[in-house]
Amino acid sequence: MDFLTLLQVLDSSVRLAIPLLLACLAGLYSERAGIFDIGLEGKMLAAAFAAAAFAAVSGSVWIGLLAGIGASLILSAIHGVASITFRGNQLISGVAINMLASGVTVLIAQAWFAQGGRTPSLEGPERLTPVNLPFANMFENIPVFGATYKELVSGHNVLVYVAIALVPLTWWLLYQTRFGLRLRAVGENPASVDTAGVSVIRLRFTAVAICGILCGVAGAYLATGLQAGFIKDMTAGRGFVALAALIFAKWRPWQALWACMLFGLLQALSVRFQSIELGGITIPGQLMEALPYILTVIILAGFVGRAIPPRAGGEPYVKER
Amino acid sequence: MNRMPLWADAILVPMFSLLLAAIFSALVILGIGENPIDAFQLMVDGALKRSAGWGYTLYYATNYIFTGLAVAVAFHARLFNIGGEGQAMVGGVGVALVCLYIPWPHWSLAIIGASVGAALFGAAWAIIPAYLQAKRGSHIVITTIMFNYIAFSLLGYLLVEVLRPAGAMDPASASFPEATHLPNFHDMFAPEGSRMFRGAPANVTFFLALAACVVVWLLIWRTKLGFDIRSFGKSETAAKYAGISPLRITVIAMLLSGALAGMMSVNTTLGESERLILNSTEGAGFVGIAVALMGRNHPIGILLAALLFGFLNQGGAELALWTNIPRELIVVIQALVILFTGALDNLVRMPLERLFLSFGKKRKA
Repeated sequence: MDFLTLLQVLDSSVRLAIPLLLACLAGLYSERAGIFDIGLEGKMLAAAFAAAAFAAVSGSVWIGLLAGIGASLILSAIHGVASITFRGNQLISGVAINMLASGVTVLIAQAWFAQGGRTPSLEGPERLTPVNLPFANMFENIPVFGATYKELVSGHNVLVYVAIALVPLTWWLLYQTRFGLRLRAVGENPASVDTAGVSVIRLRFTAVAICGILCGVAGAYLATGLQAGFIKDMTAGRGFVALAALIFAKWRPWQALWACMLFGLLQALSVRFQSIELGGITIPGQLMEALPYILTVIILAGFVGRAIPPRAGGEPYVKER
Repeated sequence: MNRMPLWADAILVPMFSLLLAAIFSALVILGIGENPIDAFQLMVDGALKRSAGWGYTLYYATNYIFTGLAVAVAFHARLFNIGGEGQAMVGGVGVALVCLYIPWPHWSLAIIGASVGAALFGAAWAIIPAYLQAKRGSHIVITTIMFNYIAFSLLGYLLVEVLRPAGAMDPASASFPEATHLPNFHDMFAPEGSRMFRGAPANVTFFLALAACVVVWLLIWRTKLGFDIRSFGKSETAAKYAGISPLRITVIAMLLSGALAGMMSVNTTLGESERLILNSTEGAGFVGIAVALMGRNHPIGILLAALLFGFLNQGGAELALWTNIPRELIVVIQALVILFTGALDNLVRMPLERLFLSFGKKRKA
């Protein structure tokens, strides 16, 4: 593999890692506040559809982005009402949200555009455009650095940079602010937060809402940045891979970035190399396809250190009287 | 604390939840510009008014009985098995191997062999998530989902590279030999020359599913193992004190669950397509979650819920055939049922409980 191919693979790794990273951070807020969310997948899917549909109709990707966030927030609200207000089973609620999104998106797409459950292809201002960072062309002639800067660092769309900037922001919010302290506390020991006179319910709803916004951005990126339009079930398990990355990262933001980059790299490899020749043995494409999922299981098995989830995760909080 | 009578909990709560799901489904149909009453009429006509419609409804119901029981058995041990889809796919591989490589003289023996193959392969696909959950605390929900995706890739590989007969184009195994073909309802119940159940895939596996209901009921409520599973599900710490091994119960419950999910493929692979194809599960693994929730994890409830979902699936297929409403409407309805009967259970239960309590007080006064 020559240097340019390597750069291209890394470049597409970043592109593919971004939706994972956004969803992973979304899950981070929710689960740190004690609300498990396996509905990331569904929220991303709904957002992808809404973003593509509204971008196509309005002609502006930004209206699409807002619509995507809105769609994802609606599903978040359902999850919040079910698991916070009515103290329902968070896993079941997540499953329902995933199925709901997978069905409703196709249903509405068909009723709206009549193109077999997809949206029209997006073009021009309906899509996110690459941003060329300053000096990209000036550095071109510097060996190694110039190409790396131009191919890998520059030329992504704005949501890529937003997603990466969210990593330090999340770290700061979680560990340096009062809000972050309370958010983490409500996932570990909600009774203590309640005793301190802070509303557990409001904090958890806030976390679920942040989760919804981030999933919305992830879905919008998927449909208007990575691809040009919505197709049926286009999230293809990314929400679950993001959850696995979250566990891999042990619910910490910087580690989440590296975990998502790793999964992005795996995906990029399987897209680029349909089957790989390794010492006389051909590794079939289906194995490459399954590799992210297999790796997830290996990671979940805890062979890379034990991951302990927030202690109050999955448990509805009942105020004692 | 006072509680509602059992019948209200078992019948009234799911009825109201179902009603809510129906109302929201109707709103969705209205939302996409169709008439919900017409749609419902069409579904009833297509699924229940003709014997072929019944044949499809019962065929789907057979699938859902197996996957519903699978989810329920795991649920009793408080394990959330979302892997039914993958377990059924791998179960199908078991059916195919048994039917292709063993020369069965008669279908009655073949169905036994196929059931064993399906159950073993399905159980094998569930054992790794079970072991990881029990031994290493990896979340069974996420591992089983991952195993669904892995199963899909594995099946793709097997069908393209291994089981596909030479010269064939589509990713599918060879057809099973004539002797293994199961009698369908048309063969069994239609008198000579009658058109009853003609062309419908419902087959003798339906009775296997009914038998599975009985066996699961006996197992969960009438054996020591069932008692252990239920007490483990109620309280893990209490079960530990009573000398029940969490590892053992987790693995056994998941093995049973995987075996039941795998046996669904006897119906789809041996009973219907008569060869292994890529997409025979059609989401039945997920529908099993809705079926188990609606049926309150009890075989009788699961049987009724499976019939309901069989009707919905067949009715939805008719809708897709005759109107512009895509098949995905069924997925939406299933999701709403899961949402209202599973996650938003308390939405119905809390006010009902209050109602019953106030009645109870009046009677005492």
